[in-house]
Amino acid sequence: MIESSAIQSGAPGTQPAYHYPPYVSSIARSPRMPLIVLPDTVTERTGPVFGHGLIREGDNDLTAQHSGEPVGERIFVHGRVLDEDGRPLRGTLVEIWQANAAGRYRHKVDMHDAPLDPNFSGAGRMLTDDEGRYWFKTIKPGPYPWGNHYNAWRPAHIHFSLFGAGILSRLVTQMYFPGDPLQPLDPIFNSIPDGAARRRLVSRLDMNRAEPNYALAYEWDIVLRGRADTPFEEPHR
Amino acid sequence: MTTAKLTPSGSQTVGPYFAIGLSYLIERSGVVAADAETIEIRGRVLDRDGVPVPDAMLEFWTSNPRDASGKGAFPYGFRRVCVDDNGNFCALVNRPAPAPFSDGTMQSPHVLVLFFARGLLRHLISRLYFDDKPANLSDPVLLGIPAERRHTLIAKSEGANSFRWDVILQGPHETVFFAW
Repeated sequence: MIESSAIQSGAPGTQPAYHYPPYVSSIARSPRMPLIVLPDTVTERTGPVFGHGLIREGDNDLTAQHSGEPVGERIFVHGRVLDEDGRPLRGTLVEIWQANAAGRYRHKVDMHDAPLDPNFSGAGRMLTDDEGRYWFKTIKPGPYPWGNHYNAWRPAHIHFSLFGAGILSRLVTQMYFPGDPLQPLDPIFNSIPDGAARRRLVSRLDMNRAEPNYALAYEWDIVLRGRADTPFEEPHR
Repeated sequence: MTTAKLTPSGSQTVGPYFAIGLSYLIERSGVVAADAETIEIRGRVLDRDGVPVPDAMLEFWTSNPRDASGKGAFPYGFRRVCVDDNGNFCALVNRPAPAPFSDGTMQSPHVLVLFFARGLLRHLISRLYFDDKPANLSDPVLLGIPAERRHTLIAKSEGANSFRWDVILQGPHETVFFAW
């Protein structure tokens, strides 16, 4: 286990509130009673550590999980996972999922009238390397309509789930693409009050990692709460 | 202690389609037998209106240093489950050991629980206790919670190593969640 110092959340406005009425689903599902201050004990300061045996070859290439190539714009997505001191988080589990190029998820409740792609499942995962780096090859997801309000459309995004050093570092978020005109209209994106914090969820076009005549690349770094690299001493028994 | 230089990335909802990317972990975590070292937790997740939440994911964390050496590809003490179409979940969690509070007093055995769902822009954190533990009466975390709300964190025994714990996201009987 790894111990991370339990510290308070980042600057005000950099995380969404639970109750955010523009995102209609939050209204009946968000707690309204006072939250209790989380204790600081071994329960909160430890967390799961995942082994390489969990990951299978090709889990980070979403374009090679079927017999044929998926339809759409092939892209690379890469970045680093860092702690609040900017130190790389190595061996961190990064899980992603997304819609296909037509804006359709391979999920039973997605009723959007857009085609499924038999060559695209839309899920990937990997453990970060020693420099905290992750990388995926995938298809650029399409925007899609949803029922939040009249003519509501989600900007293109990839869902990310991460484990850091300690359970309090846990983060589920979404990565967006630069220049997407749907972002200012999206209540989920706008649930983060601070503009700079919102912009940090937008990836950067990275021509250094783009492959000529093959695929563009997007870079996106993720900062997890807490500080890493403090080994947790096992009690002697 | 160093000053924080970077701000943690903002959270966004897990949305309704997380099973695409997250359910593999349930399949790869293997089968854990319900024996003396595991406890079965069954329950239901309900919203403000008492409507079952059919698209929630729960993660259970049992911090138990004694058994940390038992980790392989899949970490001991961690468990992820998804609710079914009726909001029901069933999780086999590792039995927690008593652990000290920050002042050195012992806490009652408990499990940390994380909730993810469409509608939750940020995940929720709660603690699960067991109604057969007398130490609940002196647990410093439970004692810090208004008396009338403590019961929301205490799972009820339903037989050997089996407990029931319903989670209410909002309303007068709302489950206690922690700020973090």
